[in-house]
Amino acid sequence: MAYERKFKIGKPILEVNNISLSFGGVKAITDTSFNVLEHEVRAIIGPNGAGKSSMLNCINGIYKPQQGTVSFRGQQIPNITPNIMAQMGLSRTFQNLALFKRMSVLDNILVGRKLHTKTNFLEVALQLPKVKKEEKLNRERSEEIISFLEIEDIKDTPVGKLPYGLQKKVELGRALATDSTIILLDEPMAGMNVEEKRDMCRFILKVNDELGTTMVLIEHDMGVVMDISDRVVVLDYGKVIGDGTPDEVRSNQKVIDAYLGVEH
Amino acid sequence: MKPVFMTYTRKDLINLTVCMVLSVLIIPTFIKTEYWYTSILIPWLCLALATIGQQIVMGYTGQLALGAAGFMAAGAFAMFNLILRVPDLGFVGSLIVSGLIAAAFGILFGLPSLKVRGIYLMVATLASQFFIIWMIDKFGWFKNYDSSGIITAQDIVILGKPFTTPLAMYFVCLAVTTILTLLAMNMARGSTGRNWMAVRDMDIAAESMGVSLLRTKVQAFAISAFYCGVAGALFAFCYLKSLEPVAFDIKLSFKILFMCILGGLGTINGAFIGAAFILLFPVLLNAIGNNVFHGAIDATIISSIEQVIFGLLMIVFMIYEPLGMAKLWENLKQIIKLKLSSSRIKGAKSSALNK
Repeated sequence: MAYERKFKIGKPILEVNNISLSFGGVKAITDTSFNVLEHEVRAIIGPNGAGKSSMLNCINGIYKPQQGTVSFRGQQIPNITPNIMAQMGLSRTFQNLALFKRMSVLDNILVGRKLHTKTNFLEVALQLPKVKKEEKLNRERSEEIISFLEIEDIKDTPVGKLPYGLQKKVELGRALATDSTIILLDEPMAGMNVEEKRDMCRFILKVNDELGTTMVLIEHDMGVVMDISDRVVVLDYGKVIGDGTPDEVRSNQKVIDAYLGVEH
Repeated sequence: MKPVFMTYTRKDLINLTVCMVLSVLIIPTFIKTEYWYTSILIPWLCLALATIGQQIVMGYTGQLALGAAGFMAAGAFAMFNLILRVPDLGFVGSLIVSGLIAAAFGILFGLPSLKVRGIYLMVATLASQFFIIWMIDKFGWFKNYDSSGIITAQDIVILGKPFTTPLAMYFVCLAVTTILTLLAMNMARGSTGRNWMAVRDMDIAAESMGVSLLRTKVQAFAISAFYCGVAGALFAFCYLKSLEPVAFDIKLSFKILFMCILGGLGTINGAFIGAAFILLFPVLLNAIGNNVFHGAIDATIISSIEQVIFGLLMIVFMIYEPLGMAKLWENLKQIIKLKLSSSRIKGAKSSALNK
């Protein structure tokens, strides 16, 4: 990309080493390794059932891979759980939307501030001054995110009542509220129309550019992926078949075969 | 206007003032019959408090639990033993400590919620109901080796002053309930409540945001049991004025569950509405039986009819308004507001046309 980046792409921040995951006899991921550099936009692509979402679930600790390790900032993490990863500064969105449906947009985003909330329930019950101070800070940050995502007008609506595209935005907002260094986005643009997709791309690039947040995203729309990501890793049948810049990946014969099919 | 608490809006403060004026000034001036205090207002406050406990674990945290009466029994018998054996603690101190003892049981019986959910958790929490009652029956120490089975509760003495008249006991219940309701509201609206609801709505996402499922669920069970324990102590000392394990059987647990669901899951005011409805409904039916049918209907039939109607109502609410009576009340207010504003617009229009 031609423009000057505020946050230069740096050293590997997340490394996935030889991960294998199977469900019973079905192998979802086989011996897969790749890395994510600090401040980059990294895409994971591949046909349906290639193991992309399973990969994110392994990184995030929802699935426990039978083999392989995940390292964060060069440090291998022995016992990954979603909670530990959140505390290390890794946040995510989900493929099938995992919002808190009966809570308002603002409350959903405020839950993302959980790790910046240090007061306990007793202090909250008594509404001590420090609780009010903390709540005020968290609310201010959440309002900032809400205006950044341009969803001010729906902030008090229960998310269950919102259309799909807006829910995806709220989910991104909740991930942003954690102030994480890495955000994993599982199909952030699935089911969106062209305009919504363009908006979402703009937000992803803006977050990456302004805050330097490292973005790892799974996406089906090849055009979008090639436009916004710095590097792309291609999975097929649970194996890496291509890894590199969009241009490299585009000219990779294996990738072309996987997407277009080969003559047998 | 700067609100007293940040979490309270002006509307809340108005509601609070109205409730306080009503319960502190108007009720004591106009209601003189003891029956109202001893049979309706005091049990209402106690059961509403227990229902808030049930709301915290079921309405807010989404954990199906059925054992509120067990925790109430723990609170009540803890209170009896504390006053008997540690008199220095005083009434208020004993009340707090008995709540804490119930909370310890809550933690113990909340642990299964980490592994089982839904209807299976409900069955697992039933253990608390039966275990606590069994423990009190089995070990004579809890009842101070009283052979009669029913122990008279000690008189309530706060700061050397006895609180023995129905009105005085009503004020004791009112004070405790008000304070604990405000605290519950603060928690429900603050970060604590958000964690509870996040676990209820989508636990995997909550965990990915750094909410610990273990801590949040166990915390909800502990706080819930604390509320039930305090409610149980008040129930025994102000309403029953005696202690017997049978008073805290599974039927009471179900009653609290019904109050919670009919009142509206996930609301604090629903606890009060639900408790009032379930307590007043039998009274109303009896009054109808006596005054309309002049005793032609047998009392046992009336109580059967009561069960039938409760059952029907549960089904109807589950299908048509899962958010309960609190939601109906909100809707009603909304409709009245709309009617008022539309009539105002009409009035403005007609006056404009007349000019």
